[in-house]
Amino acid sequence: MPVLEQPTDVLRQFSHGDLDAFEALFRTHQSEVYGWIVRIVRDPAAAEDLTLETFWRIHRAHARFDPARSFGAWARRVATNAALDYLKTARPETDLPDDLVSPVLPDPGVSEELRRKTARAFGRLPPKLRVAATLALIEEQPYKEIAEALGISTSAVKVRVFRAVRFLRDELKRQGIEP
Amino acid sequence: MMEHEQERMQQLLRQTMLPVARQLSAELRRDLWPGILKRLEARPVEVPWFDWALLAAVALWLVSSPRAIPLLLYYL
Repeated sequence: MPVLEQPTDVLRQFSHGDLDAFEALFRTHQSEVYGWIVRIVRDPAAAEDLTLETFWRIHRAHARFDPARSFGAWARRVATNAALDYLKTARPETDLPDDLVSPVLPDPGVSEELRRKTARAFGRLPPKLRVAATLALIEEQPYKEIAEALGISTSAVKVRVFRAVRFLRDELKRQGIEP
Repeated sequence: MMEHEQERMQQLLRQTMLPVARQLSAELRRDLWPGILKRLEARPVEVPWFDWALLAAVALWLVSSPRAIPLLLYYL
């Protein structure tokens, strides 16, 4: 996913609290931020709300933004934190919404029951592991991008993905499935 | 072994939950700027520190000189 960049003047004005500069940044980056969030939370309505929340946090933190840095990367990090907060407050151990589960069956060898149980196990993943697994395994985003968005090292992302895989394997075994 | 396990799980996950680009719309359906404006307008009124200091001084004055209360009420 390309990170759009803005002229330094706009970034400097934004960091001084200029509303027009903030609007320019918002209009340039809102689609990109939404696209990133919807990949994590997998719910378009929640992703719209979280995009607003992200830019609201960005607006409040304008004085802390360094115009020499990438606005897109900063926005993605704020967006990831907002999405993570959302997943933490969502009720744990609930089934994922039906529209989250793939409506098509690319592999007829994968039964409906297996898909349902996998989705259930996935819904039980702790939020931090869930974000890492979603971005790395389902969305196949580069580990470097995930690391930047989460504010951790690439190795730490790999550890989270590894722990997520272990969690899913154990959870599926508990449901009588040998993955 | 570890990589094989991860690949198998990835395959299973991608068959259970399709990537967003293939399933949900990754495109924003509407402009969200009006939502930001609404939040900006709903921002609570911020009371300057000077007003709080003035209020504290008046309260202190009234506590230390209760006889001044009728005078203050007269002028309000």
